[in-house]
Amino acid sequence: MSLEARAISKSYGGFQALDRVSLQVESGGLFGLIGPNGAGKSTLFSILSGFLKADSGHVLLDGRAIDAVPAPARARAGMVRTFQVPRDFQHLTVHENLMAAAPGQVGETLPGLFFRPAKVRQQEAEIAARVGEILAFLRLSEVADQSAGKLSGGQKKLVELGRALMVEPRLILLDEPFAGVNPVLIGQIMERVADLNARGIGFLVIEHDLEALTRLVPRLAVMDRGRIIAQGAPDAVLDDPLVRDAYLGATL
Amino acid sequence: MEAYLAAIAVIALIYVLLSLGLNLQYGLTGLINFGHVGFFAIGAYASAILALRGVPLVACFAAAAALAGIAAWPIGLISLRLRDDYFAIVTLGFSEIVRLVVTSERWLTNGVQGIPGIPRLFASLEGPAAQLATLAVILAVVVLAAWIMRRIGKSPFGRVLEGIRDNEEAVKALGKDPAGFKIQVLIVGSALAGIAGAFYAHYITYIVPEQFIPLVTFYVWMAVIMGGVGRVSGAVVGAGILMLFLEGSRFARDVLPGISEVEMASIRLGLVGVMLILFTLYRPQGLMGDYTRR
Repeated sequence: MSLEARAISKSYGGFQALDRVSLQVESGGLFGLIGPNGAGKSTLFSILSGFLKADSGHVLLDGRAIDAVPAPARARAGMVRTFQVPRDFQHLTVHENLMAAAPGQVGETLPGLFFRPAKVRQQEAEIAARVGEILAFLRLSEVADQSAGKLSGGQKKLVELGRALMVEPRLILLDEPFAGVNPVLIGQIMERVADLNARGIGFLVIEHDLEALTRLVPRLAVMDRGRIIAQGAPDAVLDDPLVRDAYLGATL
Repeated sequence: MEAYLAAIAVIALIYVLLSLGLNLQYGLTGLINFGHVGFFAIGAYASAILALRGVPLVACFAAAAALAGIAAWPIGLISLRLRDDYFAIVTLGFSEIVRLVVTSERWLTNGVQGIPGIPRLFASLEGPAAQLATLAVILAVVVLAAWIMRRIGKSPFGRVLEGIRDNEEAVKALGKDPAGFKIQVLIVGSALAGIAGAFYAHYITYIVPEQFIPLVTFYVWMAVIMGGVGRVSGAVVGAGILMLFLEGSRFARDVLPGISEVEMASIRLGLVGVMLILFTLYRPQGLMGDYTRR
């Protein structure tokens, strides 16, 4: 599933958050997006995933403009996002968090729930089996029955990834997957992402942590003050004087 | 004495129905509905008006549920685009509009004079038998409603509702549309309030707009908070305590000399506030426990 942003602009009052931003994620690609805080990464993400409307420009999924498609429908189409600050269902267990994410559940309709109990039970069993697999893959099996709200920040990021996987996406948008995560878990998350990418799932990863991202993605774009200032392979991009200026200047 | 106890039991069960609906909306889904009494009023008036025009009582109850449910639909559509706090205001406003409409539309509701002589349930039975039959029917409805709520709470549907309560944006990000779920929850809870209203009208046999003030909504909130948010058993226990409290304060006037009926109403309100504060401070999870402890 390919994703394209075409000349997207967005401003808040007088502040230009995004200025004609264009980028392209190839089908099955692994694409990074970095930039200092306030560069407009999260705004772009929200527009791509349908949580915000752009002032102008287009979002294309598999070459088709989806500007008018609401967020849930974009997810159902196969493009699922995560959030910078994990949005876990805190009172549900980890297991239930993933169960709730499975699509097409008969038991999620009132008529289905009361008039097709056998079908609901059968589906629940199937979904539970899949949840078990994904939790094992993410090494979350041990905390399956804990409330998601009580997990560490890094584990919550994994739960978000797990929930996204339940939707059977072809493209996952990861919003700062390494922010506030301990180094051991960062390694683990990177490993899982690379593994999933090898199975054909595309990724667009926003990251603040330059070093971690350059280890993960073969291609990235750098944003600064609402614009994309460089794009390409990590080494080439990092040597770009514009990038050194913007990025290092902002973080040091 | 038996008649008095039976009367309290009927009113308590009516509050249980109201609490079950609110618990579905707030406890499970996180919808702050401050207009519950509006749907209660719609049910009461619909059933009373139809019954006085000779419609069989079973059909009156069905109409009460249907009309209250239908009334929730546009409220849902309008308000679901709003943030939680605005939703609370809109629902509060809605219940006041309902009260103003039944006050003003005299041709239909007889305005402030209210509707007297609403037929009782089991009018053909004599004395206590009618009372007991009424109690049995409402108890059966409560048990059925509680069973349905429990079923919903433990289902995939209920799981999404809890997801919406905990984080609506995440539900959207996973490809599910919270609006559809919220509207269904509003309709089901309101239909239940409508049935509660019908029971109320046919039990009290005389309804006036003043019985449907926002205070009733907050009594139901109190029951849900005291009983335990998100728990079916909490709705039942909470409504029970509420009844003890409301009826108990009636006797308190015998103990506290020199307090008029009007002053007592104010004291009651004050006590409602104090109880709510004490509960949120010392037992925020309610008596029946906490959905956050699994």
